[in-house]
Amino acid sequence: MYAQMVKSEATTEAPELLAGFQARIDAGEKIEPKDWMPEGYRKTLIRQIGQHAHSEIVGQLPEGNWITRAPTLERKAILLAKVQDEAGHGLYLYCAAETLGVSRDELTEALLSGRMKYSSIFNYPTLNWADIGAVGWLVDGAAIMNQVPLQRTSFGPYSRAMIRICKEESFHQRQGYDIMMKMAQGTPEQKAMAQDALNRFWYPSLMMFGPSDKDSVHSAQSMAWKIKINTNDELRQKFVDQTVPQAEYLGLTIPDPELRWNEEKGGHDFSEPDWSEFFEVIKGNGPCNAERMEARQKAWDEGAWFREGLMAHARKRAAAKVAAE
Amino acid sequence: MSNEWPLWEIFIRGQHGLNHRHVGSLHAPDAEMAVKHARDVYTRRNEGVSIWVVPSASITASSPSDKGPLFEPSNSKVYRHPTFFDIPEDVGKM
Repeated sequence: MYAQMVKSEATTEAPELLAGFQARIDAGEKIEPKDWMPEGYRKTLIRQIGQHAHSEIVGQLPEGNWITRAPTLERKAILLAKVQDEAGHGLYLYCAAETLGVSRDELTEALLSGRMKYSSIFNYPTLNWADIGAVGWLVDGAAIMNQVPLQRTSFGPYSRAMIRICKEESFHQRQGYDIMMKMAQGTPEQKAMAQDALNRFWYPSLMMFGPSDKDSVHSAQSMAWKIKINTNDELRQKFVDQTVPQAEYLGLTIPDPELRWNEEKGGHDFSEPDWSEFFEVIKGNGPCNAERMEARQKAWDEGAWFREGLMAHARKRAAAKVAAE
Repeated sequence: MSNEWPLWEIFIRGQHGLNHRHVGSLHAPDAEMAVKHARDVYTRRNEGVSIWVVPSASITASSPSDKGPLFEPSNSKVYRHPTFFDIPEDVGKM
């Protein structure tokens, strides 16, 4: 998902404290920043929310790539609004992470040094306009799968950020599907572009949910703490079942010869993505990892004079105001 | 000295004359910029007609450990709710 393979931190507090904390979570209470919480809960959440925030921010890059080349002024305005939303979502999430005692600069520096990750999906390129449709339809569609249940997560600030995000996110998926419909109903060349975009984004989208449950070692503690609500495989299955009829409507073929309805389980059977590719992308060897990090580093470095200048101005004005009083 | 912009808490009044409501926080160098940022971050869909910004450092919050002493006393005072009193139907609406 936007947070993949988030390692649960061990926790060493007294068993009775941990039991009391777990009881609050089991009773459906929200944990707020000033409440007592196990160190492992705090650290795991910083990692997960931070990774989620970084994904929103880095996720602006593949789409921002097409703002100046959108085919109409209306599409351009819509894409600009969507990318602006992603920035907003990143900010909501950074603030939620900061309530846990980490600073914004620390989070940014952890991303830039590679200590913190962002979703693997944003290391794939957006080669043409159909890719912008596929990203909205599939990538935002997959994100929503995970974000809707996270509205019920146990940590209050994270839950509230998720509620805001979910309200805005369905516009993102619909605008992507709208692009795909236009392309799929267009000339044979346009339809072929839509099919090609689906071919390239299908498996990377399935990877967004993280490795299969049987290989996912971090799930149990996070699920008990309600910072993960569904397993990776549950969400992936749901995503496939939701997306298949949408592809059929477009007249596009999902690039999986093994894909078929399984009456018995009431869901589709489908092929696993190539997990070795996933682990390579996570390690930094995806098609765009270097480019994405370069863009973030450049924005951070070249924005330094601006951040510092505004701060200096604010201090000067505050001092002048004190002097005048 | 840290150059990280300080944190502000953002309150927005919606369309219908309700109170300003806390919607979240953001970083900004000063109050003026905080209002501008709040416009972009929290009112992209016409959510508000008025914005308040308050430095987070200026907020004094009750402590979670005071929850009992602060709020439990009102638990036993159910007579503060109108439904505590049975008014005979014959009296009519009250």
